[in-house]
Amino acid sequence: MNYNWNWGVFFQQTPDGDAFYWEWIVSGLLWTLAVSAAAWLIALVLGSVIGVIRTTERTWLVRLGNAWVELFRNIPLLVQMFLWYFVIPEFIPPLKGWMTSTEPIYAQFLAAVLCLGLFTSARIAEQVRAGIQSLPRGQRMAGRALGLSEVQVYRHVLLPMAFRIVIPPLTSETMNLIKNSSIALTIGLMELTFRSREMGEYTFNFFEAFSAATIIYIAIAMTANRVMAWVERRAAVPGYIAGGGR
Amino acid sequence: MGFDFQVIVDSLPFLWKGFQYTVQLTATAAVGGLFFGTLLAMARLSSFKPLAMLAAGYVNLMRSIPLVLVLFWFFFLMPLVLQGITGAERPPPIGAERTAIITFILFEAAYFCEIMRAGIQSIARGQVHAAYALGLNYWQAMGNVILPQAFRNMVPVLLTQTIILFQDTSLVYVISATDFLGAASKIAQRDSRLVEMYLFVAVVYFVLCYLLSWLVKGLQRRIAVIR
Amino acid sequence: MAMIEIRDVSKWYGAFQVLKDCTTKVEKGEVVVVCGPSGSGKSTLIKTVNGLEAFQKGEILVNGIPVHDPRTNLSKLRAGVGMVFQHFELFPHLTVRQNLALAQVKVLKRAKDEADARGVRYLERVGLAAHADKFPGQLSGGQQQRVAIARALSMDPICMLFDEPTSALDPEMINEVLDVMVELAKEGMTMMVVTHEMGFARKVAHRVIFMDHGQIVEDAAKDDFFGTPRSDRAQQFLAKILHH
Repeated sequence: MNYNWNWGVFFQQTPDGDAFYWEWIVSGLLWTLAVSAAAWLIALVLGSVIGVIRTTERTWLVRLGNAWVELFRNIPLLVQMFLWYFVIPEFIPPLKGWMTSTEPIYAQFLAAVLCLGLFTSARIAEQVRAGIQSLPRGQRMAGRALGLSEVQVYRHVLLPMAFRIVIPPLTSETMNLIKNSSIALTIGLMELTFRSREMGEYTFNFFEAFSAATIIYIAIAMTANRVMAWVERRAAVPGYIAGGGR
Repeated sequence: MGFDFQVIVDSLPFLWKGFQYTVQLTATAAVGGLFFGTLLAMARLSSFKPLAMLAAGYVNLMRSIPLVLVLFWFFFLMPLVLQGITGAERPPPIGAERTAIITFILFEAAYFCEIMRAGIQSIARGQVHAAYALGLNYWQAMGNVILPQAFRNMVPVLLTQTIILFQDTSLVYVISATDFLGAASKIAQRDSRLVEMYLFVAVVYFVLCYLLSWLVKGLQRRIAVIR
Repeated sequence: MAMIEIRDVSKWYGAFQVLKDCTTKVEKGEVVVVCGPSGSGKSTLIKTVNGLEAFQKGEILVNGIPVHDPRTNLSKLRAGVGMVFQHFELFPHLTVRQNLALAQVKVLKRAKDEADARGVRYLERVGLAAHADKFPGQLSGGQQQRVAIARALSMDPICMLFDEPTSALDPEMINEVLDVMVELAKEGMTMMVVTHEMGFARKVAHRVIFMDHGQIVEDAAKDDFFGTPRSDRAQQFLAKILHH
């Protein structure tokens, strides 16, 4: 293998001469985090609402929730990304107008956040539904027997336990979201993977560039794991083992 | 802006070729991934610690980085590795399509590994004991007693993972391989018909994946009844 | 030479000692019952005999072959030692017939037909020939355990290990399994049986071993054991389980 190793490449100037390559990587990382964070907020809120309505006794709400989950689950994420960036604006002229007049990165950011947020919301909705349904049926009845309204039963009885149960799958959905954000490079968003490939193409030091991205993704995954483990510990209910007390 | 069905009709033969590649890639990666994934799972559960740690390291690495980055890695590394093996003067060009197949097999192996590991661990210890007590050795016990049961328990999960894989193969777009989406995207850009082509691709994927997951659900219910 | 010889066997799970210097033997043709409260280590002890549970100290010889020796071909040794489990452990994905044939073909390298014929013969012995093509899940617990015994016997074992063979069974099914075991004992099979069925012990056992906290507390001929157990703990245990 004749490959020119050069780990010092990160401290070389980029062709424009206005930055070092490590700054590319850092700015890529920041975009990855920004897209992921924004999409995560959307996904958590929407996913919880849709997960909850799928456990109600109103058929049309359940159907709506199911349709939502099926829609986002059965189309490849990359295709969804193209739909949000290229197709949907065509049907909403004001949006299209804004997207063509603003800086491309903002248009890309918006499309990526909506795409990843809604896609992940469907997955979180599935976890939240499963979490609520894994609670003993008696819990809901006990709540109603005490005179709580349906909303109160969810707010005070079902959701506090369901969210604790859902923390581990939520962790892996968060990790998936961060990994999936790399797909935004297909619409030109300069996130971490985009930047590392770009750096490779400019310097031919692909190995170093990809290694940097790989290490950063692993570090993010480990950090997210730690944070969620901390949340799980903080939220733990004494004497209750998540997952139905096995 | 009118919706032009004709552009879809005209490009059907080309799209069909792309779709065939998508199916071929999915099938190869599923079979290869399941094979290597099962071996990896056995390695992860091995009592020989270095082997178990090596397998765990591989699986965790593959699962913590984006598939897009894995594809870039292999697209860059594969020619170098092949050159190293063959000793050729220049890196042999093996093409995006073949790179994608190898990448997906090795990537999916990590995911199938975790499924098979759960499957193997779902088999009661007594079954392992019973197999050993009859004098079966490790490979015989695995092949005749544990893996058949693990596969059977995991069939719905394995199929669901294959549907996910079917969707994920669209990512070969990033290394310019011509799969179903890649074919559609080439025409979309040639004819400036992005709306028609991407909507068509979305509809086809949706219908297929919806149908397939509906079938898997049916199968799951049937298995649940038999137990 | 004893069929099973256990010498000073100790086993630890981390810091917790499950077996403490256990020593005993089972002669050829002898039936030995092992009893004791749950957690006393009796199941662990019987599983060390064919190497299903490893042990850190001591030695075990089966028909003169050292189980603890890493050079011993454990698969070969196990093929000659029949074992029956508390939860039957028939292979649920195989029919009864296939359950009986599997190890005969794979381990003893018998031809399929021969293995099948032999399997059916033992099925007849335990009175279940009509169920040969059913799956284990379609049989009652007692029937499953009898199939498990037939599966062990079809390997032509030189001795049999029983690990609480009736404790997972509904009361009305216990006797059908015990009957098969009594018959086996009367034919002169060497048997080591972990069980609480003292009726079985009285009927066919030669010796009774009582274990508590990982130790062999009592190891006596049957009549001595039931007549005058020497240790308090064995007396208390007997009083509890013979109460009804």
